[in-house]
Amino acid sequence: MVRFGAFLVGLFFSGWLLISFIMGAIAYVTEPASPTAEHEFHLTPKHVSFSFDGPLGRYDKQQLQRGFQVYKEVCAACHSLKFVAFRDLAALGYNEAEIKAIAKDWPLKTPDVDPATGEISTRDGVPSDHFPKPFANNVAAAAANNNAIPPDLSLMAKARHHGSAYIYSLMTGYKDQPAELLRKFPDSKTPEGLYYNPYFANLNLAMAPPLSMDGQVTYGAGQPEPTVDQMAKDVSAFLTWTAEPKMENRKSAGVAVLFFLIIATALAYMSYRNIWADQKH
Amino acid sequence: MATLEESVTGHLPDENGPQDNGGVRRRDFINIAAVSFAGAGGVVALLPLINQMNPSADVLALASTEVDISAIEPGQSIKTTFRSQPLFVRHLTADEIAKADAVDVKSLRDPQTLEERTVDGRKEWLITMGVCTHLGCVPLGAGEGENKGEFGGYFCPCHGSHYDTAARIRKGPAPTNLVVPPYSFTTDTSILVG
Amino acid sequence: MSFPWAKEYTPKAPVMKWIDDRLPLPRFVYNAVGGGYPVPRNLNFFWNFGILSGLALVIQIVTGIVMAMHYGANDLVAFWTVEHTMRDVNGGWLLRYAHANGASFFFIVIYLHIFRGLYYGSYKAPREMVWLLGLVIFLLMMATAFMGYVLPWGQMSYWGAKVITGLFGAIPVVGEPIQTWLLGGFAPGNAALNRFFSLHYLLPFVIVGVVILHIWALHIPGSSNPTGVEVKGPQDTIPFHPYYTAKDGFGAGLFFIAFATMVYFAPNFLGHPDNYIEANPLSTPAHIVPEWYFWPFYAILRAFTVDFFFVPAKLLGVLAMFASILLLFFLPWLDTSPVRSGNYRPLFKKFYIILLIDVLVLGYCGGAPAEEPYVMISQVAAAYYFAHFLIILPLIAKMETPLPLPGSITEAVLAKHAGDDGLPVKDDEPAVIATGDETAPQPAA
Repeated sequence: MVRFGAFLVGLFFSGWLLISFIMGAIAYVTEPASPTAEHEFHLTPKHVSFSFDGPLGRYDKQQLQRGFQVYKEVCAACHSLKFVAFRDLAALGYNEAEIKAIAKDWPLKTPDVDPATGEISTRDGVPSDHFPKPFANNVAAAAANNNAIPPDLSLMAKARHHGSAYIYSLMTGYKDQPAELLRKFPDSKTPEGLYYNPYFANLNLAMAPPLSMDGQVTYGAGQPEPTVDQMAKDVSAFLTWTAEPKMENRKSAGVAVLFFLIIATALAYMSYRNIWADQKH
Repeated sequence: MATLEESVTGHLPDENGPQDNGGVRRRDFINIAAVSFAGAGGVVALLPLINQMNPSADVLALASTEVDISAIEPGQSIKTTFRSQPLFVRHLTADEIAKADAVDVKSLRDPQTLEERTVDGRKEWLITMGVCTHLGCVPLGAGEGENKGEFGGYFCPCHGSHYDTAARIRKGPAPTNLVVPPYSFTTDTSILVG
Repeated sequence: MSFPWAKEYTPKAPVMKWIDDRLPLPRFVYNAVGGGYPVPRNLNFFWNFGILSGLALVIQIVTGIVMAMHYGANDLVAFWTVEHTMRDVNGGWLLRYAHANGASFFFIVIYLHIFRGLYYGSYKAPREMVWLLGLVIFLLMMATAFMGYVLPWGQMSYWGAKVITGLFGAIPVVGEPIQTWLLGGFAPGNAALNRFFSLHYLLPFVIVGVVILHIWALHIPGSSNPTGVEVKGPQDTIPFHPYYTAKDGFGAGLFFIAFATMVYFAPNFLGHPDNYIEANPLSTPAHIVPEWYFWPFYAILRAFTVDFFFVPAKLLGVLAMFASILLLFFLPWLDTSPVRSGNYRPLFKKFYIILLIDVLVLGYCGGAPAEEPYVMISQVAAAYYFAHFLIILPLIAKMETPLPLPGSITEAVLAKHAGDDGLPVKDDEPAVIATGDETAPQPAA
């Protein structure tokens, strides 16, 4: 009885799936899915190497500081960094006094309540504050940016596939729409107010090229030339750090843990062989 | 080497007793080492589970507080917070200082002079935690018009501890004086607590 | 206990005797995983995955309890508190990565455990109850994992909750009220998040309870073994401790090496980047996928694209997805072959390998975007999945001629070792040890 019922249920599901397959296959052949511009012109991120690649990679603090400078001078006006606090900058090699000064002089002030009147006001930042947001809320952000809300950047490097390379590619990927694209997809012309970038999911994004010329940010003495390429690399390194600030702890701990586990497992194996030595199995 | 019969009848080596002393010792050593390693690993794995309950980085970042004291007139005090607990900052009048100094220190439950409880040269600034040393209630006396107790300092309403103008325990169940937190004057009008 | 030769617990330390006389817990443990549990001597490494599943459950409960100390089940702060755990809590990143990857490893070992049972016929009499309880554990795990994935309140959390509860919306008439009831609203929100957290905390302890029943049921007939031949006498078994504790210890070491490699060096490899974006009810991710361990089932769900008369394709997909798991409950009665182990079932073995590949293909399609050719491939693969369990297995059982089974476990072991170098099979010894039970029926009853 069970087997008979099962047979019928199996026949139904399998049969209907095969019929669905045949109908799908016919549709696939007779009316193939029309290709889209995104499908054909979207690019996966460029290959770029960073000091933090690989199981033993470490952040380059100088690079993180440069990237922080790019963020501060180029990105911070529109993009928040709300999960990061000024105090976290200690990991970039800044000392306590420098962090205090950075927090105090940050162009955006920290929202607070006036202690005398109770009204909403702002004050200078202190190290324990998180980076202030450029817009009070999404409505304000959309209103100020032609309806496109600039996303928070704290986790951007983990919120995209190959995030570090993605940020670098996006920063350096702006170009004119290829003539081939327009020939094949005449309706896909980049709309007014958007910019073509093949690394962006739907090819057109609202952000104007943020790094437009070499030397846009002035790096300190002894640092590499601030070319667009270099600035893009630095800011993606910085945003990788903001997304994964504990990466160095994680990797160091991982090496120690694996070292221990390999020895312990080798011992467990020897112990297992010993205990089983006089047993056949 | 165990024989075939032993191997298939399921006798444990330890039941049969040592058959080869050297071999058994080496085996025991490896087994003990393996179990010890596993145990040590287990103990180390407990550390993050314990450590996660310690104050997190954002809590520690608030471990010191800056207080602006420019607006506190003599005779006034303010209640603020330090590490999420009440902190009393009191500007003593000359009279209150004199009253505190007049007490025979030896007679106190927790003998301390006002000098010992304030920063050198700033005897008029009495900065203490607002936490009764008895059971942790917040004493009265820092707010306008609150009961200052029999000795003109602070009074804890929970079990009736009276503190004097140097915030020393004078009467009631509290065992020690109100705690003076570590602090320093960053300028004449502001202090950094913690 | 069905083994008269099982050793009885005789405490050596006076304190253990004192406890045992008053509360026989030491005896209980001894009989469950100690010297008092006789186990077939020929278990291979696939038998490690039961213990490893238990280990994974413990890892999840321990890391989960400590993470709950930092989590806020509120849609306004949930994402923020998870980031707080990652950034500010001492070792919080380790706890979270261990919990997230621990879920994946739990499913890896559970799937290996299930596929071991499928190959060696561990679901067959007299172990049906062990199999059924195991499936209950599997269902509870899936519910727990799904609700846990919602808690960080990222984009995939939100949209996953929306899509999965939306499945109930496919049920005619009562579907939508059920969906609204499940969510406590018309879309996932604070109410849903709070109840998911409550249940996510509760269910693992229910799982512990069912695990105890699962092990209890296992100890009635005792463990199965790679030959599928029942234990015939003391020569077939060895005590669980120290033999299998040592073997499991080594297995646990390998498990931890693989686990630590993921946690410390590729903690986000099995996750989805979109879950690092805060939940946004106004924007759907381009490509909603569940976690990898649900992919085969997700592929079955999406494989139904054509309405069956008045039954919409969506409802068919939901029914098929639930059926794909529920049919496993009937497996002991679908596969009627008296031979348990796939080693002695040549035809079964071929189809088993096809099933294994089929499920991997389903998994791959479930993780791929809902585009051709993935949908077509998953339709064929899903068709095979149902046919395998519901049609092919019962037929194989009828048609197949199994290979001759060894007379006993001991016989199989000795045959394996015959002629091995350094193993003392002496000429004057018989190759087969008399078991005293040679007349017992060869195939399992």
